[in-house]
Order: sequence, then C-alpha cells, then structure tokens
Amino acid sequence: MMVDARGYSCPTPVIMVQKAVKASSPVSLEVAVDNQCAVENVTRFAKNAGYKVSVADFEGDFKLTLTK
Amino acid sequence: MEKDSFIKKYGLLIVTGLVVGAAAVLLTAFGNPANMGFCIACFLRDIAGALNFQRAGYDAEIGTGIVQYIRPEIIGLVLGSTIIAMIRKEFKPKGGSSPMTRFIIAVFVMIGALVFLGCPLRMVIRIGGGDLNAVVGLVGFIIGILIGIVFLKKGFSLRRAYQQSMTEGLVFPVLMVALLALVLIAPDFIIFSKSGPGSMTAPILLALVVALVVGILAQRSRLCMVGGIRDAVMFKDFRLISAFIAIIVAVLIGNLILNKFTLGFEGQPVAHSDGLWNLLGMVLVGWGSVLLGGCPLRQLILAGEGNTDSAVTVTGFIVGAAVAHNFGLASSATGIGTGPVALAVACGFVVLAVISVANMAKLEG
Repeated sequence: MMVDARGYSCPTPVIMVQKAVKASSPVSLEVAVDNQCAVENVTRFAKNAGYKVSVADFEGDFKLTLTK
Repeated sequence: MEKDSFIKKYGLLIVTGLVVGAAAVLLTAFGNPANMGFCIACFLRDIAGALNFQRAGYDAEIGTGIVQYIRPEIIGLVLGSTIIAMIRKEFKPKGGSSPMTRFIIAVFVMIGALVFLGCPLRMVIRIGGGDLNAVVGLVGFIIGILIGIVFLKKGFSLRRAYQQSMTEGLVFPVLMVALLALVLIAPDFIIFSKSGPGSMTAPILLALVVALVVGILAQRSRLCMVGGIRDAVMFKDFRLISAFIAIIVAVLIGNLILNKFTLGFEGQPVAHSDGLWNLLGMVLVGWGSVLLGGCPLRQLILAGEGNTDSAVTVTGFIVGAAVAHNFGLASSATGIGTGPVALAVACGFVVLAVISVANMAKLEG
C-alpha cells in the first residue's frame, strides 16, 4: 500500500498516514512525500505509532517505508 | 520501537524558542517598539506603509504616518531561510496549491491580527512582557485553531502543490534583496515614519543579522506558532509547542532583567484592552492560519524556501494590512479602529467558513 502525499504540506501528509493506519493498521506502508519537513513529521508520527521507518530517494522526492 | 532522546526531540526547538525570545528583547532594547521585538503582522504592515500602500495616522506637519518603515527583520527572516535551505538542498520551488484562496485567507488573517495588534509571535512576546490582553488573544487563537482542526479532520485541504521553476521560486527572495537595497539607500519615494511605532527601529544591521540567525533556526526547526497548538491537539506531538513556551520564558526573563515586565491589562505598549475584539481578532488569525498550514512567521520561512504559495500568502498579508489601515479596521493603543471593524471581522468568519467547507474534499491516497 502506498500513500502519495507528494505536493502536500504539513500537516496533510501526517493526516493521510494517520487515516491509512487507522483504516487497516497495515503491517507495512509506503509513503511518498516531496519535502524534508514532511519526512520528519511522518517519521515522528510513524515511530509513535510503533513503526520502523526507512527513507529512500523516490523520483527526486522521498519514499518512506513504514514497517511494524 | 526506538525512542528519540529528549535533546534530539526538543533541543533544536527549545534553543530556537530561547533565541527568538532573547532576540525580541534585544531588538526592543535597541529601538524596536515595546513588546515588538518581532511582529510579522506589524512589520509587514510597516512595509506596506513604507511603500505608501497605507499612511495611518498621517500628520501633515511631520509629513508621514506612524507605521511606515521597511523592517529589516522581515528581510532577514526570509533570506536566512533561503540561505540555509540552499545550503541543505531544501530550496525547492513549488506552488499551485490554491494560491488565490490563500491570498484571501491571508487578507483576513492580517485584518484579525491588526484588530488584536500582533501576529501569534507578538502575542507570545506580549505574554512574556506581562500583557494580559495577549492572554485573552491566546484564548481566541486556541479557539480559532480548534475550529480549523475540525475542518482538517473532515478532510480540508487546499490541494497539492507542484514543482515550479527556480526562477519562480527565487522571485520572493530577490524581492527581499530589493527591499534591503531600498532600506539602505532610503530614496525619497520610500517613506519612513518620523513619529509613532514606525519611527522606533533597531539599527538596520543589527535587525538584519539577528533576523538572519532567527530565520536560519526557524527554517531548521520548522518553528510555527499555530503548528505548536495544532500538533499538540491533533497528534499529541508537543515539539513545536515547546518552542512556543521557550519564547515566553526567554522574553519573561529578559524583561525581568531589564525591568520591563509589567503585569496587567491597562496601559500595555501598542495594545488595547477591548477583550472581545482581542479575542475575536485572534480567532480569525488562528482559524485562518490553520487553513494556511502555518502562522505568518512560518509563511515567511516557507516563502524563503521557494514556496510560492507562501509568497502569495505574504503578499496577501501586505494587502490585508493596507486594507486594515485604509478602512480604519486596525486597532491602536486607544482601542479598536473607527471603521467597520465588526463588519470586517464578521466577513472574515463567513469567508473562512465558506473556504473551509468548500475545500473539504476527500484526500487522495
């Protein structure tokens, strides 16, 4: 599953991830964002929700992989 | 699950808050108006005045209004953000997230701020100076943020932004360089107040350098007055609010050291004690700022990073300041404005309500 939050500024990316997590509590989730601020905010939210987070380059933007 | 250490989590924000607070006290000690070391709303309003978009309190004998000056603080904040964003490769021109809607929201946020007499940052600085009217403003600010959060939870979004050209992203920072040239050269057609708050200024170089440092820290820490309360309520994330509190602590200590702390409602500098309008003005600011995704300070920092939506927003603030003063909506130390303040604030609430409802689309993804 992939949440594409590219182009959105905070807090929207975090809200999108929050919704995805609430909806199905996925074991893993990919999130695409296009700014460093969103990377930090989504990472922090995900860690608080019990996920491990890794960040990779994604077409010049960022892809965060969240895993339980 | 890995937990970040306290210092890693809060360190930069608390340091930023303390530096902002100390900087505000310093700038006031060196000439800025009392409890106005920083005020994004007031300073953008002064810039609107310097460019002759408004000349509130015009005195024919002196030949100037009372709030006209190109504040180097604004220039420094934006360029500090631009410089550090360039160095850290975070300067990414983007825009197109409902710019016209943002412009309109910004106009009303500025009107609300000038009814209260300060942006959220000055509100915090005023609290640190003992101005209890600002605590009333804080209550309004929190109410406004809570209203905004209701709509965020219902899916409010001004839609996504898209990548833009380097040229477009640089327009706003270059405009700041142009303003810097104007304040240094001070040509006749640019107006600097000879009386009133606009004539009370810290030395240009000091204001610029202090603001550059604050701009760099604010970019790195993502400091935001509205984000602090928003994130605490929505995500139980207390990082940004820690900076909010650090600013109050630093300003309070600074004022106590300089013997400038006066607790009370009456006779506070560049403030009025009409509780209802202090409250309602800040409801407008809080709600509008949530819709914009950040307080006026944060908009300056984002504009410095190449966010052209935020640049449009700042332009909206400047227009809003001109509207507020030209129509007698802005308050003064003697009380609220002599124009149709109630009508303007009511219009603001209607406009924000319509924008909030009209943009409640389901989020993609």
